[in-house]
Amino acid sequence: MVCRFFGRYAEAIGREAVTVRIPDGASVRDVVARLREAVEDASCLPDRPLVAVNRMHVLPKHVVQAGDEVAFLPPLAGG
Amino acid sequence: MRVTIGEGPVDLSAILDAVADGAHGAAVLFVGSVRRAPEDGPVAAIEYTAYEAMVREEGQRILDEAVERWPGLIVRLHHRVGVVPRGQPSIAVAASTGHRPDAFDAARWVVDEAKRRLPVWKREQFDDGSARWRENADGAPPLDTV
Repeated sequence: MVCRFFGRYAEAIGREAVTVRIPDGASVRDVVARLREAVEDASCLPDRPLVAVNRMHVLPKHVVQAGDEVAFLPPLAGG
Repeated sequence: MRVTIGEGPVDLSAILDAVADGAHGAAVLFVGSVRRAPEDGPVAAIEYTAYEAMVREEGQRILDEAVERWPGLIVRLHHRVGVVPRGQPSIAVAASTGHRPDAFDAARWVVDEAKRRLPVWKREQFDDGSARWRENADGAPPLDTV
Protein backbone atom coordinates (compact mmCIF):
# COMPACT_ATOMS: atom_id res chain seq x y z
CA MET A 1 0.00 0.00 0.00
CA VAL A 2 1.29 3.45 -0.92
CA CYS A 3 1.13 6.12 1.78
CA ARG A 4 1.62 9.70 0.67
CA PHE A 5 2.63 12.69 2.78
CA PHE A 6 2.14 16.34 2.07
CA GLY A 7 3.22 19.71 3.41
CA ARG A 8 4.74 19.70 6.85
CA TYR A 9 4.38 15.91 7.15
CA ALA A 10 6.50 15.34 4.03
CA GLU A 11 9.02 17.84 5.34
CA ALA A 12 9.25 16.15 8.77
CA ILE A 13 9.39 12.59 7.43
CA GLY A 14 11.80 13.54 4.67
CA ARG A 15 9.90 11.92 1.81
CA GLU A 16 6.62 12.17 0.01
CA ALA A 17 5.62 8.51 -0.10
CA VAL A 18 6.38 5.11 1.41
CA THR A 19 5.11 1.62 0.68
CA VAL A 20 4.02 -0.47 3.67
CA ARG A 21 2.48 -3.92 4.11
CA ILE A 22 -0.83 -3.82 5.95
CA PRO A 23 -2.87 -6.90 7.00
CA ASP A 24 -6.34 -7.49 5.61
CA GLY A 25 -9.03 -5.70 7.53
CA ALA A 26 -6.76 -2.93 8.76
CA SER A 27 -8.23 0.49 9.37
CA VAL A 28 -6.73 3.91 8.78
CA ARG A 29 -6.01 3.99 12.51
CA ASP A 30 -3.98 0.78 12.10
CA VAL A 31 -2.06 2.30 9.20
CA VAL A 32 -1.08 5.27 11.37
CA ALA A 33 0.21 2.91 14.07
CA ARG A 34 2.14 0.85 11.51
CA LEU A 35 3.76 3.93 10.02
CA ARG A 36 4.85 5.13 13.45
CA GLU A 37 6.56 1.78 14.00
CA ALA A 38 8.11 1.37 10.58
CA VAL A 39 8.95 4.85 9.31
CA GLU A 40 11.48 7.13 10.91
CA ASP A 41 10.00 10.48 11.95
CA ALA A 42 6.42 9.32 11.26
CA SER A 43 5.81 10.14 14.93
CA CYS A 44 4.97 13.60 13.59
CA LEU A 45 1.59 12.20 12.56
CA PRO A 46 -1.12 13.02 15.12
CA ASP A 47 -3.39 10.35 16.59
CA ARG A 48 -6.20 11.40 14.26
CA PRO A 49 -4.66 12.93 11.18
CA LEU A 50 -6.77 14.01 8.26
CA VAL A 51 -6.64 11.11 5.83
CA ALA A 52 -7.85 10.57 2.29
CA VAL A 53 -8.12 7.16 0.68
CA ASN A 54 -8.18 7.18 -3.10
CA ARG A 55 -8.63 10.95 -2.97
CA MET A 56 -11.67 10.96 -0.67
CA HIS A 57 -11.76 12.12 2.95
CA VAL A 58 -12.32 9.17 5.30
CA LEU A 59 -12.76 8.52 9.01
CA PRO A 60 -10.08 6.75 11.10
CA LYS A 61 -12.25 3.62 11.22
CA HIS A 62 -12.24 3.33 7.42
CA VAL A 63 -10.98 -0.10 6.33
CA VAL A 64 -8.27 0.05 3.70
CA GLN A 65 -7.74 -2.33 0.81
CA ALA A 66 -4.62 -3.54 -0.97
CA GLY A 67 -3.77 -1.07 -3.70
CA ASP A 68 -5.36 1.90 -1.95
CA GLU A 69 -3.59 5.24 -2.04
CA VAL A 70 -3.61 6.55 1.53
CA ALA A 71 -2.79 10.24 1.86
CA PHE A 72 -1.95 11.98 5.13
CA LEU A 73 -3.10 15.59 5.02
CA PRO A 74 -1.76 18.26 7.36
CA PRO A 75 -4.33 20.84 8.53
CA LEU A 76 -5.80 22.34 5.38
CA ALA A 77 -4.97 25.87 4.33
CA GLY A 78 -6.50 26.56 0.95
CA GLY A 79 -7.81 29.89 -0.21
CA MET B 1 -13.74 21.30 -16.58
CA ARG B 2 -15.35 23.19 -13.72
CA VAL B 3 -12.45 22.85 -11.27
CA THR B 4 -8.97 23.93 -12.27
CA ILE B 5 -5.67 24.22 -10.45
CA GLY B 6 -2.36 25.53 -11.67
CA GLU B 7 0.52 27.98 -11.48
CA GLY B 8 0.53 31.49 -12.86
CA PRO B 9 -1.81 34.47 -12.63
CA VAL B 10 -5.52 33.71 -12.34
CA ASP B 11 -7.54 34.70 -15.42
CA LEU B 12 -10.53 36.23 -13.64
CA SER B 13 -12.27 37.29 -16.85
CA ALA B 14 -12.20 33.74 -18.19
CA ILE B 15 -13.64 32.35 -14.97
CA LEU B 16 -16.45 34.89 -14.96
CA ASP B 17 -17.13 34.39 -18.67
CA ALA B 18 -17.45 30.64 -18.07
CA VAL B 19 -20.56 31.12 -15.92
CA ALA B 20 -22.31 33.54 -18.28
CA ASP B 21 -25.79 32.45 -19.32
CA GLY B 22 -28.52 34.42 -21.02
CA ALA B 23 -31.11 33.06 -18.58
CA HIS B 24 -29.14 34.13 -15.53
CA GLY B 25 -29.49 37.66 -14.23
CA ALA B 26 -26.83 37.44 -11.53
CA ALA B 27 -23.17 36.44 -11.43
CA VAL B 28 -20.88 36.65 -8.41
CA LEU B 29 -17.09 36.46 -8.63
CA PHE B 30 -15.18 35.83 -5.40
CA VAL B 31 -11.45 36.45 -5.45
CA GLY B 32 -9.20 35.52 -2.54
CA SER B 33 -5.78 37.18 -2.56
CA VAL B 34 -2.55 36.99 -0.61
CA ARG B 35 -2.70 39.73 1.97
CA ARG B 36 -0.37 41.51 4.32
CA ALA B 37 -2.27 42.33 7.49
CA PRO B 38 -0.54 43.64 10.64
CA GLU B 39 -1.32 40.44 12.56
CA ASP B 40 0.27 38.28 9.84
CA GLY B 41 3.71 39.88 9.86
CA PRO B 42 5.67 41.06 6.83
CA VAL B 43 4.34 38.53 4.33
CA ALA B 44 5.96 38.90 0.91
CA ALA B 45 4.30 35.91 -0.75
CA ILE B 46 2.64 32.57 -0.04
CA GLU B 47 3.77 29.32 -1.57
CA TYR B 48 0.80 27.03 -2.18
CA THR B 49 1.17 23.28 -2.58
CA ALA B 50 -1.62 20.80 -3.15
CA TYR B 51 -2.64 17.21 -3.64
CA GLU B 52 -3.73 18.23 -7.09
CA ALA B 53 -5.57 15.10 -8.20
CA MET B 54 -7.69 15.23 -5.06
CA VAL B 55 -8.29 18.97 -5.42
CA ARG B 56 -9.86 18.25 -8.80
CA GLU B 57 -11.99 15.37 -7.52
CA GLU B 58 -13.04 16.90 -4.18
CA GLY B 59 -13.58 20.26 -5.88
CA GLN B 60 -15.90 18.58 -8.37
CA ARG B 61 -17.81 16.96 -5.50
CA ILE B 62 -18.23 20.40 -3.90
CA LEU B 63 -19.55 21.89 -7.11
CA ASP B 64 -21.90 18.95 -7.67
CA GLU B 65 -23.28 19.43 -4.16
CA ALA B 66 -23.70 23.16 -4.86
CA VAL B 67 -25.75 22.43 -7.98
CA GLU B 68 -27.96 20.11 -5.93
CA ARG B 69 -28.53 22.95 -3.45
CA TRP B 70 -29.09 25.61 -6.12
CA PRO B 71 -30.53 23.90 -9.22
CA GLY B 72 -29.50 25.63 -12.42
CA LEU B 73 -26.37 27.08 -10.80
CA ILE B 74 -23.38 27.50 -13.11
CA VAL B 75 -20.16 27.54 -11.12
CA ARG B 76 -16.40 27.44 -11.58
CA LEU B 77 -13.53 27.10 -9.09
CA HIS B 78 -9.84 27.79 -9.63
CA HIS B 79 -7.01 27.47 -7.10
CA ARG B 80 -3.52 28.69 -7.81
CA VAL B 81 -0.41 26.80 -6.68
CA GLY B 82 3.23 27.85 -6.55
CA VAL B 83 4.49 31.15 -5.19
CA VAL B 84 1.79 33.82 -5.17
CA PRO B 85 3.09 37.34 -4.44
CA ARG B 86 1.27 39.60 -1.99
CA GLY B 87 -1.77 41.23 -3.57
CA GLN B 88 -2.31 38.58 -6.24
CA PRO B 89 -5.29 36.19 -6.35
CA SER B 90 -4.88 32.65 -5.08
CA ILE B 91 -8.45 31.39 -5.42
CA ALA B 92 -11.45 32.39 -7.50
CA VAL B 93 -15.05 31.17 -7.53
CA ALA B 94 -17.66 32.35 -10.00
CA ALA B 95 -21.35 31.50 -9.67
CA SER B 96 -24.33 32.52 -11.74
CA THR B 97 -28.05 32.01 -11.09
CA GLY B 98 -31.34 33.58 -12.04
CA HIS B 99 -31.30 36.11 -9.21
CA ARG B 100 -28.64 37.61 -6.96
CA PRO B 101 -29.50 36.04 -3.56
CA ASP B 102 -28.76 32.55 -4.83
CA ALA B 103 -25.61 33.68 -6.64
CA PHE B 104 -24.22 35.29 -3.45
CA ASP B 105 -25.22 32.33 -1.28
CA ALA B 106 -23.84 29.71 -3.67
CA ALA B 107 -20.53 31.48 -4.18
CA ARG B 108 -20.02 31.86 -0.45
CA TRP B 109 -20.94 28.24 0.22
CA VAL B 110 -18.49 26.98 -2.41
CA VAL B 111 -15.65 29.15 -1.06
CA ASP B 112 -16.32 27.98 2.50
CA GLU B 113 -16.40 24.32 1.47
CA ALA B 114 -13.25 24.73 -0.62
CA LYS B 115 -11.36 26.14 2.35
CA ARG B 116 -12.68 23.35 4.57
CA ARG B 117 -12.16 20.40 2.23
CA LEU B 118 -9.56 21.00 -0.47
CA PRO B 119 -6.10 19.53 0.24
CA VAL B 120 -4.09 22.71 -0.20
CA TRP B 121 -1.33 24.03 2.04
CA LYS B 122 0.39 27.35 2.29
CA ARG B 123 3.80 28.43 3.45
CA GLU B 124 4.16 32.12 4.15
CA GLN B 125 7.34 33.75 2.93
CA PHE B 126 8.47 36.86 4.78
CA ASP B 127 10.49 39.88 3.75
CA ASP B 128 13.54 38.64 5.69
CA GLY B 129 13.60 35.33 3.77
CA SER B 130 12.13 33.22 6.57
CA ALA B 131 9.05 31.03 6.02
CA ARG B 132 6.44 29.16 8.03
CA TRP B 133 3.52 26.80 7.40
CA ARG B 134 0.19 28.48 7.94
CA GLU B 135 -3.18 26.90 8.69
CA ASN B 136 -6.61 28.34 7.99
CA ALA B 137 -8.30 29.65 11.11
CA ASP B 138 -11.59 28.49 9.59
CA GLY B 139 -10.26 25.24 8.15
CA ALA B 140 -12.35 22.89 10.25
CA PRO B 141 -11.31 19.25 9.85
CA PRO B 142 -13.89 17.39 7.78
CA LEU B 143 -13.32 14.03 9.49
CA ASP B 144 -16.39 14.15 11.67
CA THR B 145 -18.70 15.29 8.92
CA VAL B 146 -18.05 12.83 6.11
